[in-house]
Amino acid sequence: MDFLLAALDYLLGIPFLGWGTQIGFVYKALALLVGLLIFTAFILLGDRKVWAAVQLRRGPNVVGPFGLLQSFADLLKFVFKEAIIPAGADKVLFLLAPLITATLALAGWAVVPVSDGWAMANINVGILYLLAISSLGVYGVIIGGWASNSKYPFFGSIRAAAQMVSYEVSIGLVIITVLLCVGSLNLNDIVIAQSEMGLAHALGVPWLSFLNWFWLPLFPMFVVFYISALAETNRPPFDFAEGESELVAGFMTEYSATPYLLFMLGEYISILLMCAMTTILFLGGWAAPIDLPPFTWIPGIIWFFIKVTLVFFMFAMAKAIVPRYRYDQLMRIGWKLFLPLSLIMVVIVAFVLQLTGWGWNGGVA
Amino acid sequence: MRAGQLLNTLLLKEFVSAFFLAMRYFFAPKPTINYPFEKGEVSPRFRGEHALRRYPNGEERCIACKLCEAICPAQAITIEAGPRQNDGTRRTIRYDIDMVKCIYCGFCQEACPVDAIVEGPNFEFATETREELYFSKEKLLSNGDRWEREIAANLAADAPYR
Repeated sequence: MDFLLAALDYLLGIPFLGWGTQIGFVYKALALLVGLLIFTAFILLGDRKVWAAVQLRRGPNVVGPFGLLQSFADLLKFVFKEAIIPAGADKVLFLLAPLITATLALAGWAVVPVSDGWAMANINVGILYLLAISSLGVYGVIIGGWASNSKYPFFGSIRAAAQMVSYEVSIGLVIITVLLCVGSLNLNDIVIAQSEMGLAHALGVPWLSFLNWFWLPLFPMFVVFYISALAETNRPPFDFAEGESELVAGFMTEYSATPYLLFMLGEYISILLMCAMTTILFLGGWAAPIDLPPFTWIPGIIWFFIKVTLVFFMFAMAKAIVPRYRYDQLMRIGWKLFLPLSLIMVVIVAFVLQLTGWGWNGGVA
Repeated sequence: MRAGQLLNTLLLKEFVSAFFLAMRYFFAPKPTINYPFEKGEVSPRFRGEHALRRYPNGEERCIACKLCEAICPAQAITIEAGPRQNDGTRRTIRYDIDMVKCIYCGFCQEACPVDAIVEGPNFEFATETREELYFSKEKLLSNGDRWEREIAANLAADAPYR
C-alpha cells in the first residue's frame, strides 16, 4: 500500500493541491514534451527561413506574423490529408517505422539536463543512453525503407544505415575524449565540470566562463562532432538517405500525411537532440557565457535553449552553403579522416591528462 | 602547396569563408515581391488577357475582317460575320477566343487594322473550369470596357516604337 502511494506520488503528485510531496513525473514529462514540440515547430520554421534568407528569398511569411504559425498550418495539413499505404507495403511495419523514429527521438530528451538537475532522469550513464538512443534511430529509417517495398526507399535506407553506423564510431570517440576530461558519464557532471576547470581558471579570469568550456581545449573534436552530427542526423550536406536529386525522397518516398509528419518530427527532434548534445559536451550546457550579473540573471534553461538554437543555426547554415557530398566522399571522411583523427586525439588527451594531472576532481575542491 | 592545401582543409577554410559569404546574403535586402499584395512592373508591350475595344462614342471597333482569325497560329479565334440589324454595317455576330488554345503570341493585335482586338496588361484571369476560359464576344467587350484606360495608355506608350 505504501509502495502504491509512493508510486502514485512519484507519477501524479501535485504539491499545491495538498497531497503528494513532489511535482509528478507525468507533468514534468508532459511539460518537456509540449515545450519540445513547440520549440521544434519554430525551429522548423527557422530552418526554412535561414535557408531562404541565404538564397535571397523571404521564406514562409503568410501564416501569422512573419509566417510564425507556418509549422502549425503544416501540422494541420499533414493531419487532415489521406495517409496512403502502398498496396505492396508491409502495413504494420510501414506504420510502425515513423512511430519508432519519433518515439526514439523524443526518448533521447529524457536524460538531457536543460538546467542544473532539470532532467527527466538524471542517470549516471546519461551519455551512453544518448548514444544508444541516437543509434537506434536508424531502425526507423531501415524499417520504413524496407516496409515500403519500393526501390528508392530501399536504397535510401541502405545508405542511411551505412552512413549512421560509420559516423557513430567517430561520435563515440569524440565523446570518449570529453569523458576522459570529465571522468563521469553523467550529463549533469559534464556540464558542471566545464564551469569548474578550464582555460579561464588557468588564466585567472574565472568569470570569463565561455573560455572554460570544452570547445576551446578540444576544438578539433568540436568540429569533428559537429560534422559527424550532421551526418548522423542525415542533414545536408550528408542527406543521402533522402537524396532528392537521385532517390526522389529516399526512405520517405512512399510516406504521406501523418506518418510523414512523424518522420519529419522525429528527424528534427533528433537534430535538436544532437544540438543539445553539442551544447552539453562542448558549450557548457546551461551555464552563462560570462559569469557576471547581467548574464547570470537569465535562468539556465534559457541559456541552454539559446545555445541549442545557435548550434541549430549552424546546422541550417551548413544546409544552405555546402553542396551535397558524393557517397564515397562521405565514407572516406568518416573512416579515413575522422576515425584516425579522433583516435589520435583520444590518445593525446589521455597522455596529457595522465602527465599533467589535469581533469575534473568531481567537485571535491 | 600540399601543406597549404592540408592546412586549408583542416581549418575548414572553404566552409568558414562560405559562412561569411552566406551571412552577407543573409542580411541583404530580398528581391522577392510579396505577390498578392505587391505586383511587379508590367511592360506596355505585355501580352495578357484579350479585350475588344470600342470607339469613344461607344461604337465597337471590330469590323469582322477576320484577319485575326486567319493569322492565329493556334486557331483559337472563331468569328462569324454579318450585317447588323439597325444599320446594316458589317459586324461580328460571334467573336470567340478559346483562351486554353491561345498561345499569347500577339499576332491578332498586330493583324488588326482598327486596333479592336488587343492583349491587355491583365494576367490574373484564372478560372475554376475550362469552360469559363472560352471567351465570348460579350466577355471580350466587357474586358475592353474595364481595361480601356490601361490599354489606351499602353498603346500610346508603345506608339513611338512602331
